[in-house]
Amino acid sequence: MKTSNSEVSVQANAREARVKADRPAETKANNIFQLDGEDIPFRPGQTIMQAATHHGTYIPHLCWHPDFSAHGSCKLCTVKVNGRFGSSCTIAAQPGLDVENRTAELDDKRRTLLQMLFVEGNHFCPSCEKSGNCALQATAYELNMMSPHFDMFYPDRPVDASHPDILLDFNRCIMCALCVAASRDVDGKNIFYMGGRGLLGRRVHISSESGKLADTDFAVTDRAASICPVGVILPKRKGFAVPIGQRTYDLAPISKQVRDTTP
Amino acid sequence: MSDTDMIDAVVERHHRDGARLMQILRETQEQLGWLSPSTLTAIAEAIAWPRAMVEGTADFYSFFHTRPMGRYRVLWSDNITDRMLGNTDLMQAMCKKLWLEPGRVSEDGLVSVDTTSCTGMCDQGPAVLVNYRAITRMTPARVGEMVGLIRSEMPVAEWPAEWFSVDDNIRRKDMLLAHDLVPGQALAAALERGPEKMLAEIRDARLRGRGGAGFSTGQKWETCRNAEGNGSNAAHYVVCNADEGEPGTFKDRVLLTSHADLVFEGMSIAGLVVGAKKGLLYLRGEYRYLLEALESALATRRAAKLLGKNILDTDFEFDIEIHLGAGAYICGEESALIESLEGKPGRPRIRPPFPVTHGYLDQPTTVNNVETLAASCLIAAHGSAWYAQHGTEKSTGSKILSVSGDCERSGIYEYPYGVTVRQVLEDCGASDCQAVQISGPSGICVAEGEFDRRIAFEDIPTAGAFMVFDETRDMFEVARNFAHFFAHESCGFCTPCRVGTTLVRNLMDKIARQHGSPYDIDELFKLHRLMQGASHCGLGNSACNPIFDTLNKFRPAYEHRLMSLDYEPAFDLDAALSQARQMTGRDDAAAHLQNEAEA
Amino acid sequence: MNALINATLFPPKKLRVATTSLAGCFGCHMSFLDIDERILKLIELIEFDRSPLTDIKHCGPCDLGLIEGGLCNAENVHVLREFRTHCKILVAVGACAINGGLPAQRNHLDLRDVLEEVYQTEPGLSHGGVPNDPELPLPLNKVHPIHEVVKVDYFLPGCPPPADAIWKFLTDLLAGRTPTLGHGLLHYD
Repeated sequence: MKTSNSEVSVQANAREARVKADRPAETKANNIFQLDGEDIPFRPGQTIMQAATHHGTYIPHLCWHPDFSAHGSCKLCTVKVNGRFGSSCTIAAQPGLDVENRTAELDDKRRTLLQMLFVEGNHFCPSCEKSGNCALQATAYELNMMSPHFDMFYPDRPVDASHPDILLDFNRCIMCALCVAASRDVDGKNIFYMGGRGLLGRRVHISSESGKLADTDFAVTDRAASICPVGVILPKRKGFAVPIGQRTYDLAPISKQVRDTTP
Repeated sequence: MSDTDMIDAVVERHHRDGARLMQILRETQEQLGWLSPSTLTAIAEAIAWPRAMVEGTADFYSFFHTRPMGRYRVLWSDNITDRMLGNTDLMQAMCKKLWLEPGRVSEDGLVSVDTTSCTGMCDQGPAVLVNYRAITRMTPARVGEMVGLIRSEMPVAEWPAEWFSVDDNIRRKDMLLAHDLVPGQALAAALERGPEKMLAEIRDARLRGRGGAGFSTGQKWETCRNAEGNGSNAAHYVVCNADEGEPGTFKDRVLLTSHADLVFEGMSIAGLVVGAKKGLLYLRGEYRYLLEALESALATRRAAKLLGKNILDTDFEFDIEIHLGAGAYICGEESALIESLEGKPGRPRIRPPFPVTHGYLDQPTTVNNVETLAASCLIAAHGSAWYAQHGTEKSTGSKILSVSGDCERSGIYEYPYGVTVRQVLEDCGASDCQAVQISGPSGICVAEGEFDRRIAFEDIPTAGAFMVFDETRDMFEVARNFAHFFAHESCGFCTPCRVGTTLVRNLMDKIARQHGSPYDIDELFKLHRLMQGASHCGLGNSACNPIFDTLNKFRPAYEHRLMSLDYEPAFDLDAALSQARQMTGRDDAAAHLQNEAEA
Repeated sequence: MNALINATLFPPKKLRVATTSLAGCFGCHMSFLDIDERILKLIELIEFDRSPLTDIKHCGPCDLGLIEGGLCNAENVHVLREFRTHCKILVAVGACAINGGLPAQRNHLDLRDVLEEVYQTEPGLSHGGVPNDPELPLPLNKVHPIHEVVKVDYFLPGCPPPADAIWKFLTDLLAGRTPTLGHGLLHYD
């Protein structure tokens, strides 16, 4: 395994960014970078994603959530920083950065990433309780994804209905690991963990010998019960509660709800 | 001893330390055969980790089994070089003799036969691992004998010793392999200089990493040395990356077999420079057979006061532990390797921070290649001026190449940097060569017109693999083998690599089945462009390199397989009616679908 | 309405349109009819070839083919190929044509088990065994979206796509614009 030379330079840039971010607060006027030509102010230590979100500017993302440390896996937030690709959720903001976000080139890549997520799982929106409130779906609308493009994988993934109050439908999992973070960092329970390898192996492991959620101390009041951006972790007996037309992303595109909605 | 007692003993031996989970899982599995749900629960409780984390690690590595896998587990190395030596037919013959499908465990739970990624025996293949012991030079006769031994349940330890012999095959020595250092000589020189001057020597020698990326070793050590340890367990660490997983590479295996002292001594010098007391050698699971010899080499060094406290009667304290991997190419990436050292799935970390400031256990850590560490001994002993005379301006010293494939003398060749591809081909006896894959699948495919290019960071950087393909070889099949490799080895963390490597593999298989069209070639280019920029680490970024190179340099190998100029389905439509035909017993004309190009 | 026609791309002859429902529920066709009185404007611009609206059995040369539903049997494949051969522009309309939709939820089951369960094990239907009349199209091992078998030029998602989306899509296309739907019209459910 090797790292390409270009990656080394990206790393060098990023390291430089980090070093600068760690410096004591500089004068506020200097703490501005450019995102698609727009001035974005930032506090030292913030990532590009954090600063943009705080400012109300949308950078597409799925695995990032303002309450948790960056996971960096979905790659939807890939931007070009001074001409180089990188994840905006992990790159520190620094003065004068020139960041490209919603360019045709980047949105094309993001659309392809979304298509990859749609074909690797079983995403049947018409029969999903999360439809209309789903970050994956809303992001695909935002990026004008008209088809899955690739051949479908139709994987065989299990549903876990063992818990009295919560249903787990892994057919819709996008491996964002937000449930892992929420259960670990907020609930202090460590019920979920992303393990396994590769397309077929990678999955959320449940912390019980049976692998069933019912055999854990998971509760419907846990932060992890409401964190899932897609329709994997769902409360039982509460499907399709909001009529079509009034659901979160019926009201406005995800890009117009940067501060209002958590993904 | 009951299973519970056995697990307790293993966990106790590792001080109930979760960071040692990989070793705990391996040793447990070596005794129990597999890692059952209750075994994982017991281990999780003993190390006080959430059970899902323990299972997540057990599930990640190819060599750990959370299902019973048979008392004999035969894994055929499936690098393109093994294929060229006929491993496919041999494995098929073995399965036939055992009445077995690849990947399945026999009904009586006796045996399973499957493929695995390159085991690093390319110069003496076809190779297999049997219960994770390396066996070389498989032949039809050996397959027959092996099946007999398995059927009679002869313990692997009692199999013919010559099957397990692994040759060094050193064909050309240069400054490193021809060294005349005795154990302790380089370390003594380093101690005499002291850490700062030793660091200056490394910097002045302009030593660069031998893993392929060529980062300045001096800069890495200096940053690590200057980084402060973090928290109450502040410390610095040296990690030797012996997870030699790049298909076609086997030079670290030879260094660890015949020059282990040099590697350990290099680690000690690194420890002196960065201020570490502990070094960790991460040995790939495929090289499990080297473990005992390496442990005994460490013991010898301890006895000789070359490890431990008061090394060579100075204040310097340093010791080395060996960690075994368990079948995961991704662990060659330094931050994934560190995750693995900490008992977790080998998932590359978000960088920055880099290991030099936040590495093993969040402490400053220098991760260096086996060959880099060995080379540092030459600099310690002979000085930077002498060292920098060798090689080229930007690539000082020598490089060890692992030569395999279509040549008369495959094996290990050490050259000063700057050697041409053509020179290597001449020396190894490669005639009618059409291409060389340098630095493995993630490296570069060099075609005939480029044979005057040089092995050096200025031109072709390499981790050491040098696979030769003569004119009879089908470069499409070479690339397809690599596409399967990457799909198998993707850790699955980031979307572009997790899904992209499988899409690429599927497209290559589609073209191989003669269902392809120019549309599919465009798709390959598109995936290459996406994965190269958007992936989390080097694996995803370079996974399409072999496709891209062969599409550019050997495009007819793809084109002659294409079915038509129009879009074609990936699957056989007539075969898609097979189950309905079976259930209805129909075979009339309407019970068949012609494929489009024939229709 | 004539202003919508790009005279250079589409000479003032009516565009010939074919539609069909493969493994679908005709919901997309029903939604098409939900354009209500706008169909009168549309009919000035297009004429129908093969379609449930005309009962023409086979598709002739057409400008536009609208496909509802995915592929679940051999007949679906024949019809799809007929459309691809005869239509200059082929559009996948609705969730089933685009990703297999509801019928594709059988894909994690083995077809043989499904047939056995339905025609042999389950009481009620079990009398005659698995039907083997040559008149009946055989089901495919798996359900496929149509883009896995032929090249598809445009996709119009929705279950069904709303009438307004169908109208926007068709008027864009007729006017020679690349169809875009935008918020509210683009949805997958």
